[in-house]
Amino acid sequence: MKYEDILENVTVLGAAGKMGSGILLLTAVEMADLSMKQENKERNFILNAMDVSDSGLSGLMNYLRVQITKIAEKKTVVLRSAYADRADLIENGEIIEQYVCDVMNIVRPTTGLVPAYKSNLIFEAVNENPELKVKIFRDIENNTKLSPWYFTNTSSVPIGSLDSKAELGGRILGFHFYNPPAVQKLVEVIVTDKTLPELKEFAATFASKLRKITVPSNDFAGFIGNGHFMRDALHGIEEAKRISSDLGFTGGVYALNKVSQELLVRPMGIFQLIDYVGIDVCKYIMQVMNPHLEDEDLHSEILDMMIEQNVRGGQNSDGSQKDGFLKYEKGRPVAIYDPDNKVYVPIDDLKGKTDEFLGAIPDCVPAWKSIIREKDKDDILKGYFITLKGMTSNGPDLAVRYIKRSKEIGEKLVADNVAANEKDVNTVMLTGFFHAYGPINDFLNQG
Amino acid sequence: MKKLRKKVYMTAGFNTVSLGTGRKEFHPKKPRPGIEHYIKESGEGTLSKIGGGKNIDESVIGNFMAARFNKQANLPGFIPMIDKDLHGKPATSVEGACGSGGLALMAGIRSVLAETADVVLTIGVEVQNTVKAIYGADILAGAGWYQERKKGHAYFFPGQFSDRAGAYFEKYGREKSRKGLARWFRNAIENARLCPTAQEFHNKVEDLEALGMSEPNGRTFVDNLNVFDCSKVSDGASSIAIVSEEGLEKIGIEKKDAIEVVGWGQCEADITAPPEDLTTLSTIKMAAEEALASAGITIDDLGTIETHDCFTIAGILAVEALGFAKPGGGADFVAEGNTARDGKIPMNTTGGLIGWGHPTGATGVHQAVTIWEQLTGRAGDAQINIDPKKPYGLTINMGGDDVTVVAIVYKRG
Repeated sequence: MKYEDILENVTVLGAAGKMGSGILLLTAVEMADLSMKQENKERNFILNAMDVSDSGLSGLMNYLRVQITKIAEKKTVVLRSAYADRADLIENGEIIEQYVCDVMNIVRPTTGLVPAYKSNLIFEAVNENPELKVKIFRDIENNTKLSPWYFTNTSSVPIGSLDSKAELGGRILGFHFYNPPAVQKLVEVIVTDKTLPELKEFAATFASKLRKITVPSNDFAGFIGNGHFMRDALHGIEEAKRISSDLGFTGGVYALNKVSQELLVRPMGIFQLIDYVGIDVCKYIMQVMNPHLEDEDLHSEILDMMIEQNVRGGQNSDGSQKDGFLKYEKGRPVAIYDPDNKVYVPIDDLKGKTDEFLGAIPDCVPAWKSIIREKDKDDILKGYFITLKGMTSNGPDLAVRYIKRSKEIGEKLVADNVAANEKDVNTVMLTGFFHAYGPINDFLNQG
Repeated sequence: MKKLRKKVYMTAGFNTVSLGTGRKEFHPKKPRPGIEHYIKESGEGTLSKIGGGKNIDESVIGNFMAARFNKQANLPGFIPMIDKDLHGKPATSVEGACGSGGLALMAGIRSVLAETADVVLTIGVEVQNTVKAIYGADILAGAGWYQERKKGHAYFFPGQFSDRAGAYFEKYGREKSRKGLARWFRNAIENARLCPTAQEFHNKVEDLEALGMSEPNGRTFVDNLNVFDCSKVSDGASSIAIVSEEGLEKIGIEKKDAIEVVGWGQCEADITAPPEDLTTLSTIKMAAEEALASAGITIDDLGTIETHDCFTIAGILAVEALGFAKPGGGADFVAEGNTARDGKIPMNTTGGLIGWGHPTGATGVHQAVTIWEQLTGRAGDAQINIDPKKPYGLTINMGGDDVTVVAIVYKRG
């Protein structure tokens, strides 16, 4: 089947979710652009937005309208030529409105699976629950007359296990977007020995049409992204625990969040990132990965404890951050959760003692926001990391230990053959996590 | 033009800030003052210098598209809001696209000449940040012929002037032309940094010419111009009093604190006819020549000029239309620094449309205010040295693509 044939009928499962809605948006725009080509004018492109939540779907339709409008406003120059033969569409405003209508017309919201039986391609973005995924795939397989392809957005479940349990015969690959899919450039593509070549070919074309950077990952639970993130998070949690004898739990969390953001020059601290992804989601991903790992135990009692106390992080439907390890006001952390007393302690109350504990830090710590735009950022970072290494205070010590651990994790992903090479690990962290530098670097080496 | 039957002066100019991207206080998602705020602020600015509304005989307001940008027409109704003493007096709104301000000046001048008024409050206003630029482009396209809109560019006017730039590049060489455009941009920003109301007052970019040389991208914008070649989206108002000799006495202002209107050219071209030669601004040429002839001077007598640089290429073409350089030589003339504030003929000394801002309907009035400031020594940090041998100032205000043009010559009163 040709590229256009595949995209004639597509279903996104879990379309109202955080990842599903982004995948739906990108796919809808790609399908609409195809449908506007002269040779495709007679075709009927259909994109089913399937989700179990009615309210989620109504929110999705609003989200789509807003986002498609923004996309149209950015490419009006191109759209004017696409609608050149429509004499009735004169102003930009009219053209943008028509484009939004044309894209929305492709999307069919549904709470049932039946429309998916006619799809050639299924994007799966439901919960990270392997049994649920298999159950849905089986349902479609039992009812469709076609041989649909399954692109799963799982960030942790091995693709091979889904393939064999759902008996898909190689008609599945991992197509893992990063959050939010409409913004993040990265897609991790995971194939198994059985994955059919035509799926790989389509995945490459589709990703390039969406202007995504693809990184291949082998089929090990967690792949490259979560393979790094989960271990990196556990390191942060363990370090926070280690220094809590000096600073208490809240001080430890505050200190590690600060070190991992400011001294490591990352877009957000490790506890903020855990909150962003969701404490329960992190725990769940570790649970999914753990049975597939032989020599390590990916698990954190602290995450368990937070979830027991119903502190989960994640996001509200409007995209705002829910409280987790940290409490947020207008998106900024203002307090740290104290599980002993079940209250949030204001950062202002922790700052003095913690900053004293962290001690001296280099005079000019580069800011993540500005360093990512610097042409010679690697040289600046190298100079900075060497200064950091030469200091004896607790803050720089925690940072150096963190940098070393992060590198070790990256190298292990290559050694274990999850990633093909060091560059792929670095690309995932740079483009999927917006880091300013890849974890596998020689910044700490003198000279 | 017939000899003027009496002397006409301008004085008590006032500019609001030109608000839009670039100003620190501008935030696209925060609420901003509406059109009435700008009318009131600028009107009060002028009235406070001339004894208030009781001294005004008549008012003129220039505006292009409040009907669409602000869903507001009937702008004369806002004049009495400025000062209760304006209640019951005549007020008129005039429109000629981006040349509306120039038309407002001409309407005021004519009222004084007709002896129906001794003091005319003249205001220009436009508030454009009410819509995103891509929709603003639709609104501004109204300055062209609506029948041409369908085949026009998404960014209609940048598209028109990109075509002019493209024709210029082809005829005279792309690289040297782009250098001239980049230098025009640099001058505009450097001048704007000296004027606290300018939209680019806070601009801190070091290598402006390098920025000006950014390669145009036709996929996202237009083929031959980059965004730095274009004036920005602005909210702002300017006002000035147009007065007779008797009027000056009435408001208690000495002639030396006013500028005298010594000549003008007001020319209209057929909006439905495409330009004969894309590399020439022939209506501007006609209006400028008429203005100079009616004032009885040549370009050598001009100490400073405010010209309508909605796009850098319009600045270059105006240099040629005025005769400072032969066709094709305008880019070199500008690149050599001749139009900079310390050059042979300083142009747009507070930044012009690209640096100060382009609240479309206000621009013509803003140009007159700048000339008034420069010729009477009120330009503050932006003040240039006016050579006594070259005491004249010139404004050129254009509506549409070389369609509605007003050029006025002034000297200190």
